[in-house]
Amino acid sequence: MAVVSMTVNGKAVSAETEDRTLLVYFLREQLRLTGTHIGCDTSQCGACVVHVNGKAVKSCSMFAVQAAGAEVTTIEGLAKDGKLHPVQEAFRENHGLQCGFCTPGMIMTAVDMIRRKPKLDRETIRHELEGNICRCTGYHNIVSSIEDAAKRMGGAG
Amino acid sequence: MITYPFKYKRAGSIAEAETLLKAAADGKLLAGGQTLIAAMKMRLANPSDLIDISGIKELSYIRASGDAVAIGAATTHCDVATSAEVARAIPALSYLASLIGDPAVRHRGTIGGSVANNDPAADYPAAVLGLGATIKTNRRSINSDDFFTGMFSTALDEGEIVTEISFPVPQKASYKKFPNPASRYAMAGVFVARTKSGVRVAVTGAGPCVFRVPTMEAALSKTFSPNAIEGVTVPADGLNSDIHGSAEYRAHLVGVMAKRAVAEAA
Repeated sequence: MAVVSMTVNGKAVSAETEDRTLLVYFLREQLRLTGTHIGCDTSQCGACVVHVNGKAVKSCSMFAVQAAGAEVTTIEGLAKDGKLHPVQEAFRENHGLQCGFCTPGMIMTAVDMIRRKPKLDRETIRHELEGNICRCTGYHNIVSSIEDAAKRMGGAG
Repeated sequence: MITYPFKYKRAGSIAEAETLLKAAADGKLLAGGQTLIAAMKMRLANPSDLIDISGIKELSYIRASGDAVAIGAATTHCDVATSAEVARAIPALSYLASLIGDPAVRHRGTIGGSVANNDPAADYPAAVLGLGATIKTNRRSINSDDFFTGMFSTALDEGEIVTEISFPVPQKASYKKFPNPASRYAMAGVFVARTKSGVRVAVTGAGPCVFRVPTMEAALSKTFSPNAIEGVTVPADGLNSDIHGSAEYRAHLVGVMAKRAVAEAA
């Protein structure tokens, strides 16, 4: 056991944890940030996507100790002052979710995608969603949500 | 899923990684971890120590000179896929990197990790062998023709650390991959390169280990066109056969992907 410290959603956090604790369990069970989901736990589904130092990663495929000293952003860190992030707002307005289980990962992936590629067409969005699986929507409205969000953000990432 | 217990150590330099590796009972290097961590979660791997080399600055770089592109072992797939220098010198290499896994995997996975792991269906080994790259380690330089020795096995010795892959710049090159529709791993991926010293054709995904196709290389060295390899087949003997496709199917795919790669590079 060792104390692992990092910044999560702008706040410095520390917790004692085993070296083998995956980042997703650290976030969910030690920090009680349960917005990050565990779907497949094998790096296929993307429900656990968070940002580490500004880049989307699968938190089921990284140990918490690897993120020591890093800046981590989870779905809980997107809304500011009670106002949804433009990507969250776009998912709400475009009916980009049904059951909602995959949504935190979809949104974290979308925010990262728009940061890297401000100009997105539907085909690019579909390719970029390679690592995120949704079992309800058929993706159509997820693609529309991301397309809409990219336009709203005007390439601001 | 929870792995077996292990001790985590973060190395700040190649020298420190060597020392930590030597001191460990059964240590393993951890770079991006996109294969190793999955294997540990399945409890297929049980290292006593993980030595994290992903943060070593001297292992993360892309240096393009006129005749070679040198990439540090801890450089991520994303950095290779989006590098303007790589795109200018060897566009087929940046394209290949952009096909690996998905964006989140490409943010973590590294070229050194992929090459050292030598997964039979990984993309990078096709580029390394197809371009005749040199694998540099903390001890020596290894020619790609001597590096990939079999399924998940390489010429690396105990305690040896891949530090750089150096790719000679080809005249033309192309990579064509037929991905498994679910995993996106290559069912067959063919890297074709036309270089000063001749044509090289390397195949991943179809066999237990990446391999070259001398009959295609000979035909393409005479005439570099898809027609030149019409009817040049690879034997199905020894190719992979599984629920995704038979050995005969993969042998056929190799021919189709090779022709598409040549058509693009010609």
